[in-house]
Amino acid sequence: MKDPYDVLGVARDAGQDEIRRAYRRLAKDHHPDLNPGNAAAEARFKDVSAAYHLLSDADQRARFDRGEIDAEGQERARHGTWRDYAETGEGARYGGGGGAWTTDDLEAMFGSMFGGGGRRGGPGRGQDRHYSMTIGFVEAVAGGTRRLSLPDGGTLDVRIPPGTEDGQMLRLRGKGGVGWNGGPAGDALIRVSVTPHRFFTREGQDIRLDLPVTLAEAVLGGQVEVPTPGGAVRMRVPAGSDSGTVLRLRGRGVAAHGTAAAGDLYATLRVVIGKADPALEAFLRGWTPEETPDPRAGMTETEVPS
Amino acid sequence: MSEGVTIEVVIAEVAGLARADLERWLALEWVRPARAGGGWRFHGIDIARVRLIHELASDLLVDEEAMPVVLSLLDQLYDARRRMRALAEAIAAAPEGPRRAVLECIAAAQEPPNQL
Repeated sequence: MKDPYDVLGVARDAGQDEIRRAYRRLAKDHHPDLNPGNAAAEARFKDVSAAYHLLSDADQRARFDRGEIDAEGQERARHGTWRDYAETGEGARYGGGGGAWTTDDLEAMFGSMFGGGGRRGGPGRGQDRHYSMTIGFVEAVAGGTRRLSLPDGGTLDVRIPPGTEDGQMLRLRGKGGVGWNGGPAGDALIRVSVTPHRFFTREGQDIRLDLPVTLAEAVLGGQVEVPTPGGAVRMRVPAGSDSGTVLRLRGRGVAAHGTAAAGDLYATLRVVIGKADPALEAFLRGWTPEETPDPRAGMTETEVPS
Repeated sequence: MSEGVTIEVVIAEVAGLARADLERWLALEWVRPARAGGGWRFHGIDIARVRLIHELASDLLVDEEAMPVVLSLLDQLYDARRRMRALAEAIAAAPEGPRRAVLECIAAAQEPPNQL
């Protein structure tokens, strides 16, 4: 329990005006809605407020002076205060127009938190703007251009270089935030996600796919059509091929870009028998191979030896 | 969320609040409660804001010219605090490795440079 006169710093015979002035002076310094997160200010204001409400009521003040009541029990019921609401998501209703996070906020916050360039004096480079986009596998391999719609309503034409990889960052110089005091604009940084393809996979500059072939195509060989990112091409399957045979199409992988030469496309054959017709079944029943090697020979260990 | 309360309830609840003052604050859009059935519907946050403006005006003597400036600065302060809190929560929820790295970066930025 604190003496309300001490709390407000007024004499015991202070007039109402003096008490009010003392309260206002202290409230300006310690009002907790003006000092969010400052527990000392909040505790101080509680005392100041209780003292003022006791001493500003002539009847209560007289009873206190006579010792009939003490300084406690005068605290007003605690209402939901502004700071209780303002820091919750609900508080955004009265937000300063900032709305959700923007990349600028993050840039600025991290910039100042981590000692990066604050806006002090002289010319400064504009902030980099971060975006992300998702492109298709073939688009990433072959390259192209995309028009990005920006949150601010603007657009950004992005050239996707051939051979772009998943997770790659594209930098568009001067397409970020404007500089200040005559400084250069920042860059736009675009993180690219590449969606996986249904049958192509990528290994650096090379592309792989599993190519289904018929039994006849594998055994007898022949021309087959192979899809590539640049369009279908014809390829000769040599006679005597098998499931797992890997054929290479030179230069049909990722196109040459920068210092990287064009990659190759590797097609791994997968013999597909499908529904055997009666003639094939009849042939196999009457067929005695010259050799009968066990295709499962050697598959004995249950664990890979270390 | 509840239905909210009418302007009469707010006036009764906030000691010393004059109806004319509150109606002017509504007209100035310092307080922006929901509307329903041709009247205002005040929720907890709206009443807290009424109480804040009332205290700013009657206890801290912020006049009507200065009030928009004070409210705007307060709103920006609480925006910043909400964002800071969201950031802190995101850091707290991050996996151990990245979280530690971020916290170390923050600590390092706050330490004075090492003297060699």
